[in-house]
Amino acid sequence: MMDNWWLLPLAAGLLLALSAGPLGSFVVWRRMAFFGDTLAHGALLGITFGVMTDLDPTLALVAGSLLLAVLLLPLQTTTGLATDTLLGIVSHGTLAVGLVLLSIAGDVRVDLNGYLFGDLLAIDQWHVLWLCLSTGVTLLLIRVFWTDLLAVTVSPELAEIEGRNIQRINLLLTILLACTVALAMKVVGILLISAMLIIPSATARAFARTPGQMTLLAALVGVTSVLLGIFASFRWDTPAGPSIVVAALMLFLLSLPRRSATQ
Amino acid sequence: MNGSSAATRSVPVIEARDVCLSYRQRQVLDHISLTLNERQIVTVIGPNGCGKSSLTRVLLGLVKPQSGTVSRRKGLRIGYMPQRLQLDRRMPLTVSGFLSLAKGADAQGIERWLQRLGIVSLSEQSVHSLSGGEWQRVLLARALLNNPQLLVLDEPVQGVDIQGQAELYALIPELRDELGCAVLMISHDLHLVMSATDEVICLNGHVCCSGHPDTVTTDPAYLQLFGRDQQPVFAPYVHHHDHDHSCCDHATDGHEGDAHTNQGHACSSGGSHSHDG
Repeated sequence: MMDNWWLLPLAAGLLLALSAGPLGSFVVWRRMAFFGDTLAHGALLGITFGVMTDLDPTLALVAGSLLLAVLLLPLQTTTGLATDTLLGIVSHGTLAVGLVLLSIAGDVRVDLNGYLFGDLLAIDQWHVLWLCLSTGVTLLLIRVFWTDLLAVTVSPELAEIEGRNIQRINLLLTILLACTVALAMKVVGILLISAMLIIPSATARAFARTPGQMTLLAALVGVTSVLLGIFASFRWDTPAGPSIVVAALMLFLLSLPRRSATQ
Repeated sequence: MNGSSAATRSVPVIEARDVCLSYRQRQVLDHISLTLNERQIVTVIGPNGCGKSSLTRVLLGLVKPQSGTVSRRKGLRIGYMPQRLQLDRRMPLTVSGFLSLAKGADAQGIERWLQRLGIVSLSEQSVHSLSGGEWQRVLLARALLNNPQLLVLDEPVQGVDIQGQAELYALIPELRDELGCAVLMISHDLHLVMSATDEVICLNGHVCCSGHPDTVTTDPAYLQLFGRDQQPVFAPYVHHHDHDHSCCDHATDGHEGDAHTNQGHACSSGGSHSHDG
C-alpha cells in the first residue's frame, strides 16, 4: 500500500477532470464562470459549519455548496440586482464570513491553505469514493439530459416554447456544478476550481465542431493536465493543485494558433 | 395530425380575450382579443413598439397577461420562429446539430425539412457562418420540425434580401397546406404579406382594425397608422420595394402634414425592443 501512495491523488485528479470538462463546457457556453467561483467561495462556509458541528467534512462541504446553489438560483431573478453584482456580494461575503467563523471556532485546527490551494496528496479513500460517485452521476445525467441541457443553453426561449422544463434543467446543471465544485476543493483548492472548469473547455473549443466533441475534448484536456501536473508535482516537488492548473494553461496556450486559424 | 376531427375543428387553435399588459407603467397591450382557427393565416401588423412582440410572447405563454385570458388548444404543438436569435460563438454548432435540438426532431425529419426549404447543402456547416437569409431558413426548419399545429413567425424576413423575402412569403401558404396548421405572422409591413394572409390585425397597443387584407388597407385606422402613400396596390401580389420600412420613424415622421401625429408618435417613441432583448 505504501508503494502506491500516489494512486489516490491520481484517481482523484482524473475523476475530477472527467466531470469538470463537460460541466465546464456548459459553464463557458452559459457564461457561468463567476457562478462557479461563488459556489467555491461559499463552500468554505460549509467547511466551517462542518468543523463546528463535527459533521463529516466532505458531507458538510457538499451540503453547503448545494444549499448555496439552490438559494442562488431564485435570487438571481428576484432581487433585481445585476447577476454579477449579486454573485460578487455572495461570493466574497460568504468567503469572509467563513474565514471569520473559522477563526472564532479557534480550538479546532483547520488547514486553511489546504482548502484555498488544494491538498491533493493528503486525499483519503473516502474522498475518492465521493468523487467516483459524483463523477459517475454527473456524466450519466449529462448523457441522459444532453438534448435538454443543450437546447436550454442554446435558446431558453425556444426550449420553453417547445415544452422543455427549463427550470428543472437549470436546477439540474446547478446541482451537478455545486457537487463538482465542492469535491474539487481538495484537489485544486477554492481559488483554482474555476480554472479546472474553464481552461480545458476553452482549449477544446479550438478543435471541436460540435458541442459533443467539445465536452469530450475538454475532459481529455483535463485528464492530460492532471497527468502532467501530478507528474511535475512529483518530479519538482511543486504543489499539485496549482501544477495541474499550470499544465492546463500551457495546453491552452498551445491551442491558441489553432484557435485563431479556425475563427 | 389527428386534430382535424369534427369536435376539435370548432375549437380555435388559440384565442385571446381582453388581454392587457403593462411594462414599466406603460400599457403595451390594451384589451386585445383575437382568435386563430385551424388552417387560418393571421398577420399582426403595426409599427415598431406597437406591442407585436409582447402580444406574441403572451400568446406563446412566455409572459402572463395582467388581465384577460389566453386559451390554447390542449396539447397544442407550437413551432416558433423568433425574430432574432443570436448564437454564441463559444459553442461550436452545425446546422444539423442546431436542428436536432428541436423537440421531436430526428435525422429523417431534419433531412426532409432541409430539402423542403432548399438548404440541404448547409447541413454540416457551422451556424456561425450563415448569411441572414440562410439562418432564417434554418430557424424556420427548426420551427417546422416539431410538426406544429400552430406556426408563429415573428418578422420572418428580417435580414433577408428582397428576392428571398418573396420566396419565404410564398412558402408560408404552402407550408400551411402541407402541415394543416394555423399560422400567426408578425410583420411591420403589409405589402409582401398581403397575398399570403387570410386576416390582418392592425395593432397599435389596441386593435385598430382587422379583417381581410383588402378591407384593412382601406380602413381609415390603417391609413392613419401607416400613411396614405404606403397603401399597397390591390393586386394578388405586387413586388413593391421602393420604400424602406425598416424603421417606423419613417412611417410617422414622413407624413407630418397628416392629422395622425398623436397616435403615430405615441407608438413609435417607446419601442417594444427595449424589453425583448
